[in-house]
Amino acid sequence: MSQVTVRVPGALREFVGGERLVVVDVPAGELPSVAAVLDLLSGSHPAFERRIRDETGALREHVNVFVGSDNVRDLDRLSTVIPPGAELIVLPAISGG
Amino acid sequence: MSNYLLAIGTRKGLFIATSQDRKTWSIERAPLASDEVYAVGIDTRRGTPRLLASSFSNHWGPSVAHSDDLGKSWQEPEHAPVRYPEWTGSALKRVWQLQPGRDSEPEVVWVGAEPGALFRSDDGGVSFELVDGLWNHPQRAKWTPGGGGLCLHTVLAHPTDPQRMTVAVSTGGVYQTTDGGTSWAPSNRGIRADFRPGDEPEFGQCVHKVAMHPGAPDQLFAQNHGGVYRSDDGGRQWVSIADGLPSDFGFPMVAHPHRPGSVYVFPLAGDFDRRPTQERARVYRTEDAGASWQALSSGLPQEGFHPAVLRDAMCTDGGTPAGIYFGTRSGAVFVSADEGESWYELARYLPDVLSVRAAVLD
Repeated sequence: MSQVTVRVPGALREFVGGERLVVVDVPAGELPSVAAVLDLLSGSHPAFERRIRDETGALREHVNVFVGSDNVRDLDRLSTVIPPGAELIVLPAISGG
Repeated sequence: MSNYLLAIGTRKGLFIATSQDRKTWSIERAPLASDEVYAVGIDTRRGTPRLLASSFSNHWGPSVAHSDDLGKSWQEPEHAPVRYPEWTGSALKRVWQLQPGRDSEPEVVWVGAEPGALFRSDDGGVSFELVDGLWNHPQRAKWTPGGGGLCLHTVLAHPTDPQRMTVAVSTGGVYQTTDGGTSWAPSNRGIRADFRPGDEPEFGQCVHKVAMHPGAPDQLFAQNHGGVYRSDDGGRQWVSIADGLPSDFGFPMVAHPHRPGSVYVFPLAGDFDRRPTQERARVYRTEDAGASWQALSSGLPQEGFHPAVLRDAMCTDGGTPAGIYFGTRSGAVFVSADEGESWYELARYLPDVLSVRAAVLD
């Protein structure tokens, strides 16, 4: 078993018990994808996860997910593989009015 | 002494106003996120009234929350309360309607959702399931989004027959079931669709809101995207009742809580000028099922008034005499405690008002 740390934006901390970080246990072996970590979050913290993806599994339009400093929209989107030690950072995009 | 409660959904959160006399009010912002509140519901069938609110965050998406302490605290389930099943391939955009069900089914609450779907709750509005029969209707694929989205905005359960229900979709029109939701049929005969060529279509009309008095469930009233209508046969045939109104365009349609045949509308100049006619704030009421209309404007601004009133931004509280309420896109809320005869401003400078619901709490 290895672990991925997910950084939670302030607006969503009420859905993870007020924590800034959530540590997700992922199976040892292959490196996890962003989608795999979100799948695990949907089980442990569903009210957090459903604000990142809709029920079809699509990343919400105005949410950005970074692996380290890279936006997954610039990589392989939710199939992006998370290297060992890299954090998953969830941030609201510039949006709204 | 009665307690009156008015829930005001706005583009930046929910506000709760309370009064004991409908003359003086206290108003507080509910402790919900600063999201768009397109629908509010007040379920008075429970021992403790339950408030329901839909929220939409441009970032975090939609949800539905409920409160059992008149809005002081709110709860929502961990898992999405309204969720399109995987086989639909769709995702919830917004909840446009939160409608408590029949008195005989106290745990049933209905949701009208975008994209065009009906959901049912059997746990008082905590979690909801898609009504497959409407989703599977072959005409659904040809429904098209109105300006606000492909919203199912009206849910009218027949008060005594649990097999019958009317819903309305922009833009799809009116649909009805007589078998408890298993099958649905369009019910738009007589309703115009000015925005498309050819003969009157079977479906696809942009019906903005439908109202029904529970004491006369076969008499329906519709505010259309161009056209105001009544049906006396449960929706099989509609006839125009727009004569006497300054315009046949508008969004709300509210039934008087005690007198069948009496409804309220708020006319706008037209599709391409969605402002009150003559720049005056006027609610119109009929007492004779649309044969004649009276302008109700005492106490309302009568010059330079530009904001529209959206489809769910007008309501009644069910009191005696009936209280009538409407909110504007400019963030004002107006109240009449005497069935519309006179009005005063309850609030101004709120965010634009998307939805209002009121109730008398004993």
